Amino acid sequence: MTTNDRIASGRLSKAEVEENFSDLHPPLNRSEALIEADRCYFCYDAPCTTACPTGIDIPAFIQKIRSDNVQGSAQTILNENIMGGMCARVCPTEILCEEACVRNTHEEKPVEIGLLQRYATDPIFESNTQLFTRAAASGKKVAVVGGGPAGLSCAHRLATLGHDAVIFNRDSKAGGLNEYGIAAYKTINNFAQAEVDYILSIGGIELRNNTALGDKLPLSELLQDYDAVFLGIGLADSNSLGIEGEDLDGVVNAIEYIAELRQAEDKTTLPVGRNVVVIGGGMTAIDVAVQSKRLGAEQVHMVYRRGPEQMSASVFEQALAQTSGVTIHHWASPQKIAGDGHVSAVDFELASGDETLRLDADVVFKAIGQKMRDDGLDVLQRQSGRFVVDENQKTSMDRVWAGGDCVVGGDDLTVSAVQHGKVAAVAIDQHLRKA
Amino acid sequence: MVDLKTEFLGISSPNPFWLASAPPTDKAYNVNRAFEAGWGGVVWKTLGEDPPIVNVSGPRYSALHSNDRRVIGLNNIELITDRPLQVNLDELRQVKKDWPDRAVVASVMLPMNEASWAKYIPMIEDTGVDGFELNFGCPHGMSERGMGAAVGQVPEYIQMATEWATRAASIPVIVKLTPNVASSVPPAKAALDGGADAVSLINTINSIMRVDYDSLTMYPTTDGMGTHGGYCGEAVKPIALNMVAEIARNAETQALPISGIGGVSNWRDAVDFLALGASNVQVCTAAMVYGFKIIDDLADGLSTFLDDKQLSLEELVGKAVPSVTDWQHLNLNYVEKAVIDQDLCIKCGRCHIVCEDTSHQAITSTVNGERRFEVIDDECVGCNLCVSVCPVDSCISMQQLTTGTDPRTGQTITDEVLNWTAHPNNPMRKTD
Repeated sequence: MTTNDRIASGRLSKAEVEENFSDLHPPLNRSEALIEADRCYFCYDAPCTTACPTGIDIPAFIQKIRSDNVQGSAQTILNENIMGGMCARVCPTEILCEEACVRNTHEEKPVEIGLLQRYATDPIFESNTQLFTRAAASGKKVAVVGGGPAGLSCAHRLATLGHDAVIFNRDSKAGGLNEYGIAAYKTINNFAQAEVDYILSIGGIELRNNTALGDKLPLSELLQDYDAVFLGIGLADSNSLGIEGEDLDGVVNAIEYIAELRQAEDKTTLPVGRNVVVIGGGMTAIDVAVQSKRLGAEQVHMVYRRGPEQMSASVFEQALAQTSGVTIHHWASPQKIAGDGHVSAVDFELASGDETLRLDADVVFKAIGQKMRDDGLDVLQRQSGRFVVDENQKTSMDRVWAGGDCVVGGDDLTVSAVQHGKVAAVAIDQHLRKA
Repeated sequence: MVDLKTEFLGISSPNPFWLASAPPTDKAYNVNRAFEAGWGGVVWKTLGEDPPIVNVSGPRYSALHSNDRRVIGLNNIELITDRPLQVNLDELRQVKKDWPDRAVVASVMLPMNEASWAKYIPMIEDTGVDGFELNFGCPHGMSERGMGAAVGQVPEYIQMATEWATRAASIPVIVKLTPNVASSVPPAKAALDGGADAVSLINTINSIMRVDYDSLTMYPTTDGMGTHGGYCGEAVKPIALNMVAEIARNAETQALPISGIGGVSNWRDAVDFLALGASNVQVCTAAMVYGFKIIDDLADGLSTFLDDKQLSLEELVGKAVPSVTDWQHLNLNYVEKAVIDQDLCIKCGRCHIVCEDTSHQAITSTVNGERRFEVIDDECVGCNLCVSVCPVDSCISMQQLTTGTDPRTGQTITDEVLNWTAHPNNPMRKTD
């Protein structure tokens, strides 16, 4: 980027950045966990479990924490959600399990399920304790396209069921958005890779990085070489604004900047704008806005075309942005990005009337959603740019299943992707055993 | 505020809360602190013959904890005082002199021969103490030597030793009973027959707390070996209340004043003991868990309660005793059903699952496809399990059926009382 100080690295010291990117929710110690676990009512047909996309038996794992059976607790969690460690960190629990907790009705304070889940699972990854065994080898082989949560979950379940899986991953590391897309303070200490390593350690899963579906590796070839195919390819491309000035220097896809940030050895080397404007209202918008602020941006404005209720970022996330110093604007649509070679401002039209809003900008982040990269998969039935699947994650094509963000009903949550992969693996297993 | 001043056997104290004979009353230092905090009296830790006994220099206590390490029950293997008799006598004399308005009672434990009692009782009485409490309850260590619970478990021994004590004493004698018996009534009767002025109960219950999960030895141990201790604290209160009530309602023992002991931790516990027949209460474990300051809530809470109820302390004593009876006298025609307040229900479903799994399948989990917990009167036996497990105070209540028929049994509701003694299903029923 430019050398003038509108965009510069090292706005904050290493120590400041380290502090700003420390654990967002520090883990519970044993005393805290036991006291919190005691708050669980062990509900019948627990609403929290119903609210969990992977259906983790939450009262059961909390009961095991209470009795100091931490490994058993982790087993209960990971049986249903092999990414229970990451989900404990990144799940928007306030709109899932913790929203459903009956303690909300009783005292407006749910059991801290996410933190308890982390308490139960952290030791398993730290000690690398293998909790899973593989069923007798089936001799079947499944191609899993995509090394994100959906693909990893599918591959792991297939491996436990006795099948072999090959993961074709377009990136140089597996983990998908866990590795490249989630705010750094939600998953410190390289946890995403620790989780990937744990998943692969069961055996029977071959990971081929830097291998994308496309002309060199068409779906037809996979169908020839493998007994089944699972597509967990996510939404690799960013949507465009389609307005004037979008091609100016300093206009960046948020997801790419976050990926750069996540891979940076030293975050103080990252370029940071003095005035940052983020366009969008989802988790990615929040993540890029908050991280920009925490890297030392002076002014960070997040602008969304509709109101707070319509934001896909949860109330908790919105509050996190605001307490981090991000200014959120609602009901404003970008009209034009101004600048001479490099962006200098963004003009917004306000829904309230004919007024306009001009925000100075050294960097503009686009976080207005993702779309599927066209990898020659138009043979599969799609709707609104995503694959149509049945309740078993089966696509319109024989022997092809799909899950995660790339399917209709995908909700951009790690936990949902894990569930898709799990469901697909079980369905693939049934198919392979019939065949 | 209701005055809590109490006369127990003519021994006056500013409130009915005495510290029980135990570590908190082992020496003047502790007792002075207790009196400064506001305790009404103390029963001085049990005196014995010289040379003094020797305690272990390892764990004497262990606890049953909740998950946040609240002490629910406590176990101990401490013996009687391990200080020379004269040291205790000197301190007793000084403490009673310094605190004339407080009750100071000496607990004693002596061998089973009259000469010992004739020798020591006057010596102790000479310090100016207000009364004696005979320790026939200590269940560990001393009982192996033929004292403590070894006496308290044999009514004849109780009567004999009580006679020796009362013969030698000119001040009130309280007999402290062990709960490690089938019934508290025969020991109380024996104390009465031996001339005791009152009984106090309960002492601690034989107990082993747990094992050590690493060594798989009992826990705690002294150099690898352990021994049973005496159990006390909140967990033992229901056992104590039953033993107190049994004495209070038995024709042969109801005249005996009772000092209630066992898990008193707050003023409500004191109300339990007083209403079930105790004239005062003794406290140990709660003080050993939180310190002497708990007397504030005990005294203040009890006084406020009596104000609300417009009762004097004397009027509270024994108030609930007439409501305690034998099972055979319970009215089998009386019917209650559980009612769930849907506005208070938080939908945890605990009532449903315990009723479904372990009782009478009388609570729904869904109504018209919605998660909803309602009592099915056709199945509800009125057992109160759902009330017991519901985490929300007052959400489930029991309501009496006063008219119509019980949909479970088809029986017409009637005012007529029918208990087991006259029930047609009882082959031994009494007939007119």
